[in-house]
Amino acid sequence: MQAAKNRISNSRGDTVYYVVSGILMTVLLAAALYPMIFVLSASFSSGDAVSSGRVVLWPVELNFEGYKTVFRNNDILRAYGNTLLYTVVGTVINVIMALITAYPLSFKNLKGRGFFMLLFTFTMFFSGGMIPAYININNLHMRNTLWVMVIPGALSVYNMIITRTFIQSSIPYDMYEAASMDGCSETRYFFSFVLPLSKAIIAVNALFSAVGHWNAYFNAMIYLDERAKLPLQNIMRELLVMNEMNLSDLIDPEQAILMLNSVAVLKYALIVVATLPILCAYPFAQKYFVKGVMIGSIKG
Amino acid sequence: MKNKSAMANFRRDYLSRWRLYLFLLIPIIYIIVFAYVPMVGAQIAFRDYDFTKGIWGSNWVGMKNFMKFFRYRDFGKILWNTLSVSLYSLLAGFPLPIILALILHSFPGKRYTKVVQTVLYMPHFISVVVMVGMIMQMFNPLSGVFGQAYQAVFGEMMPDIFSKPGAFGHIYVWSGIWQGLGWNSIIYMAALSGVDMELHESAQIDGASRFQRVLHIDLPAILPTACILLIMNAGSIMNVGFEKVLLLQNDLNRSRSEVISTYVYKVGLMSGGDFSYATAVGLFNSVVNFALLLIVNYASKKLGETSLW
Repeated sequence: MQAAKNRISNSRGDTVYYVVSGILMTVLLAAALYPMIFVLSASFSSGDAVSSGRVVLWPVELNFEGYKTVFRNNDILRAYGNTLLYTVVGTVINVIMALITAYPLSFKNLKGRGFFMLLFTFTMFFSGGMIPAYININNLHMRNTLWVMVIPGALSVYNMIITRTFIQSSIPYDMYEAASMDGCSETRYFFSFVLPLSKAIIAVNALFSAVGHWNAYFNAMIYLDERAKLPLQNIMRELLVMNEMNLSDLIDPEQAILMLNSVAVLKYALIVVATLPILCAYPFAQKYFVKGVMIGSIKG
Repeated sequence: MKNKSAMANFRRDYLSRWRLYLFLLIPIIYIIVFAYVPMVGAQIAFRDYDFTKGIWGSNWVGMKNFMKFFRYRDFGKILWNTLSVSLYSLLAGFPLPIILALILHSFPGKRYTKVVQTVLYMPHFISVVVMVGMIMQMFNPLSGVFGQAYQAVFGEMMPDIFSKPGAFGHIYVWSGIWQGLGWNSIIYMAALSGVDMELHESAQIDGASRFQRVLHIDLPAILPTACILLIMNAGSIMNVGFEKVLLLQNDLNRSRSEVISTYVYKVGLMSGGDFSYATAVGLFNSVVNFALLLIVNYASKKLGETSLW
């Protein structure tokens, strides 16, 4: 078979196809990589080098001014702490909620299972909208609390479904029957069997939720009035997105260039500081992320 | 006798499994409080919401809030902005991950494929704030790397893409593709990994080239997955990536960047806060989305065998 494969794949048409594929892949690789490398390099360059366009791929006039400014800024440090808090608490809640919902619904013979599934999945396709949710949160007096950052998204129905699919497909039901024959209750079965066997899906859930919490800005924007409670993304929004508009509004280009000089490096450094934790964890977590999407693609 | 067995059934089916229902208690309370209560609260779209009277006490006004939106002079423009950016996103963004997955799957150099995959998944994890910040920095006509490159090549200053309404759709769609291309291909890679190798082997023996096998074996294998995703996309055709649009939006490009969800945010939470009107606009959006989902799902069920449920 191997010989046949080699003989046929050596045909000219195939070679052309592989060469074109390889070129396309390389172009995409470069397109994905370049902006990330550029941001990293710019964050380690001097303001003048960045603004005068001398930074193309690698750092020019290596220095750490941007990072010094970032780490000296109390707003940013406090926001970083807030983001860590919201991410950790929010992720723990998400993981628990997905598990305790998915576990009972993984019993195919549970009465009312179809109804409960509908109750949860319907919310994926229809919602009351932004304003009723806003009124609801205000009625619950959750404004300006830690809870508004971690409770409204506590149950991701999508994550719950992949968790349920995982439990159904990778933990044999026979095991439950054997355990319950020996007098094991559903609660004990959950803690002694399902939890230890679900490490992979717990990792998937934790990673999806952590990225979501780390990157979120909108709820903080509408529910947190106190600046001291804002997470990093919101402070970044002020510095990166809103400030930018003010600068381009300046009429005098000379002045704009001067300001951009010092600010640009700070912005790149801030982007790196805010994104690095996720991108650092990424190589180790990649297989779990991919696994999550793959389980999600199995219709449960 | 009959009664007794019914009781026994009830005991067997429900009472003996109380622990499982207890597990569901918190999630059910949660979903009711945070998803269904707001759904009921959406009735203020048909009322004139008065903070002091609450949701249930405010006066009924029928369809007044909806009519106000339909008669709003920018109604057509907002609807068109929403649909056009969404369709553009779908047309440009939907086929690309499929093509990528087909290429990656058929490429013989597995190690290089792995490297490309790893790098292409990365942009997915960048937050919208950082993404928009990066675009603004790099495309800045004065200090951005692309602005400077433009100047070097064309000898004139690059126009500011954020002040040009016509550029908004392109920024939105292509930054989305940059972030999502690799990630969205994973699901197709999963489908491709299930393709029976024997099909490939017998096609090879019949003299099919690699490209022919991609077209006639791999592509049909991922069509069901593509269909499901297309149906899901149809159900969110009116949901433009609101968080990104809000960040990209400014007064100069608003004529093209104002979409339904940003309009809801603007009239509901920013200027004055007309809750009832904003809710009506949002509800219109949700209902159209849901209707589209049902229609496309129904059509897909009739035409082929693929459907969501």
